[in-house]
Amino acid sequence: MRQYFGRKLLIYALTFFAAVTINWMIPRFMPGDPIQGLVARAQVADPASVDAMNAHYRNLFGLDVPVWEQYMNFWGALLRGDLGLSIWAFPTPVSDLIVRAIPYTLALLIPAILLSWWAGNRFGAFAARRKWLDNTILPVGYILTATPYMWLALLLAWSLAIVAGIFPVSHAYSFSLTPSWSPEFLGSLLAHWVLPFASLFLVMFGGWAIGMRNLIIYELEADYSNYLLALGARGKLVRDYAFRNAVLPQITGLALQLGTIVAGALVTEIVFSYPGIGYLILQAINSQDFFLLQGVFLFIVLGVLIANFIIDAVYTLVDPRTRVRLQGAGA
Amino acid sequence: MALRVSDLTVHYRTLRGAVKALDGVTFEVGDGEILGLAGESGSGKSTLGKSLIRMDGRMRHVGGTVELDGKELPIGDDGAMNRFRYKEVSLIPQYAMSALNPTRKIGKMVADLLDSHGVRYKSVEEELGRRLDLVELPAEVLGKYPIELSGGMKQRMVMVISTLLDPSLLIADEVTSALDVSTQKAVATTLAGFRNRGFVKSMIFITHDISLTHQIADTIMVMYAGKLAEKAPADTVVRAPRHPYTKALINSLPEVGVQYAERKLAGIPGSPPSLLNPPAGCRFRDRCPLAFDKCGEQPPAVEVAPGHLVACCKA
Ligand SMILES: Nc1ncnc2c1ncn2[C@@H]1O[C@H](COP(=O)(O)OP(=O)(O)O)[C@@H](O)[C@H]1O
Ligand code: SF4
Ligand SMILES: [Mg+2]
Repeated sequence: MRQYFGRKLLIYALTFFAAVTINWMIPRFMPGDPIQGLVARAQVADPASVDAMNAHYRNLFGLDVPVWEQYMNFWGALLRGDLGLSIWAFPTPVSDLIVRAIPYTLALLIPAILLSWWAGNRFGAFAARRKWLDNTILPVGYILTATPYMWLALLLAWSLAIVAGIFPVSHAYSFSLTPSWSPEFLGSLLAHWVLPFASLFLVMFGGWAIGMRNLIIYELEADYSNYLLALGARGKLVRDYAFRNAVLPQITGLALQLGTIVAGALVTEIVFSYPGIGYLILQAINSQDFFLLQGVFLFIVLGVLIANFIIDAVYTLVDPRTRVRLQGAGA
Repeated sequence: MALRVSDLTVHYRTLRGAVKALDGVTFEVGDGEILGLAGESGSGKSTLGKSLIRMDGRMRHVGGTVELDGKELPIGDDGAMNRFRYKEVSLIPQYAMSALNPTRKIGKMVADLLDSHGVRYKSVEEELGRRLDLVELPAEVLGKYPIELSGGMKQRMVMVISTLLDPSLLIADEVTSALDVSTQKAVATTLAGFRNRGFVKSMIFITHDISLTHQIADTIMVMYAGKLAEKAPADTVVRAPRHPYTKALINSLPEVGVQYAERKLAGIPGSPPSLLNPPAGCRFRDRCPLAFDKCGEQPPAVEVAPGHLVACCKA
């Protein structure tokens, strides 16, 4: 087991190294010059001043040294937690922007993923047992998952926010309020949170429910289920066993979903102008802010790797088959 | 009589119509008797076995009755059958390797199953230990997951679980097909041992391998295309068969009573008729060397000697 996790850690370390390197390379070898954009924003006509500003910014962003040195400096800064300065929100450090965006993304995605997982699994298992439910509600689930998320989100925003006016359309809170712990501000946060949350919950719920239903039906037809039924075991026992075994692949799915949290729900945050990590990505792309983009991607890679490692660990705990195989391999 | 099956007819519902997999089968199995059920693949052996314990969703009980120890089994009623399953009728399935829930410790699974029948695990624990000992499984297997057991161990574990509550009738469907020859023999011997010790009163041992059946069965029943062809004491079936189909089966063996490997039933030319629309008359007619006009009518099973039934107008 130890050996197994040791090997996994090594693989993760290598992946991280490769990801960081690629991440560093892409903006530097891509067409387009962010510094020029920054200088152009200043709207200075005098060529001498432009040259001076260019030199200043190149120095500031560490672009005035040989490429290999840039690469080493990049690692050095990274290990110190320094992701550089943002161009879009110049001169705010990239790490500050990320730290500010994280709470919004987490508050949106964690409840949406966990609740939809829980409810979807329950519902899918329930539907698998009732023919009428299976036949009537399941198509709805399929429609729900097949609908492009963008449509669903826009439909929700249009119907509940613009037409019915029940919820605000965009942003995380009303700009007329200053952030504080006052009930008024918290209420505004909540009202702004409902629609993006609901849109995410709905699409994910449909996917989990259908997945669970198919898995349960598969498990109920497995040999061990037939054996128990032939020996007259209670239906509840057979269903419980099937549910437990069907949940295992869903746990993997959940863990993978949790890994994407760090990426934010790009489309959701864009549709609802919700200031999370996904929104940052959009801003970074719009303003050619390579440093911000780099920082966010690094953050995502790290998050996915950590999530995967946790999944591996959890899976060995919940599935005896993996556990036994590992012990067998270690012996 | 432990088991009395009368005129049992079972169909499969399919999109193309009813598959008449079991068509008016009548036979008995006595107390302490092992009945070997033989016949080509597709002759309805598994259908008969499943009908006696649990029909799958596509099977339909069309007619006939099954009586076990004087009580009629409600074989067409899945809910009502539960009372009889495991305690009265039990099964060792063909798929013993995958019959145990992979994510549950074996002992816990047994306890859950017993609990379904209102039996406390504690009350059978001692006997369970003795039986594990008998099939040479260490008691520790109960604390293990199925994946930790070898194929042979799983096979023995399932044999012990299935017979734990001393059922009156045990159905063993092709339990040896997946095993190598020496293990086949050991499994058959163990099952006969279960009968001798009274763990099971009577047994239906299903296999397409007549020579293996001959080693443990008291009586052999040969089926063909959903019908009984011949039923007689094991020695009689092997040494003095009367039905042309049985004769062909026996003749296709290299030497009676000796292990044979590959040839099996390859010796009979032709194939069984479709059971969607079986032809009238004797179902073996197309392949029978003795067929004549009278075979256009279904031959009844006739007792040609005490305990020897043959369904052929030439017998
Ligand atoms: N689920 C099913 N649906 C339709 N026909 C079936 C099904 N299972 C078996 N049959 C048919 O029933 C007949 C008897 O099958 P079976 O009892 O499995 O034979 P055996 O066990 O002797 O090989 C065969 O013709 C087979 O094609
Ligand atoms: S009844 Fe006729 S066809 Fe059928 S087995 Fe006997 S002789 Fe052959
Ligand atoms: Mg079969």
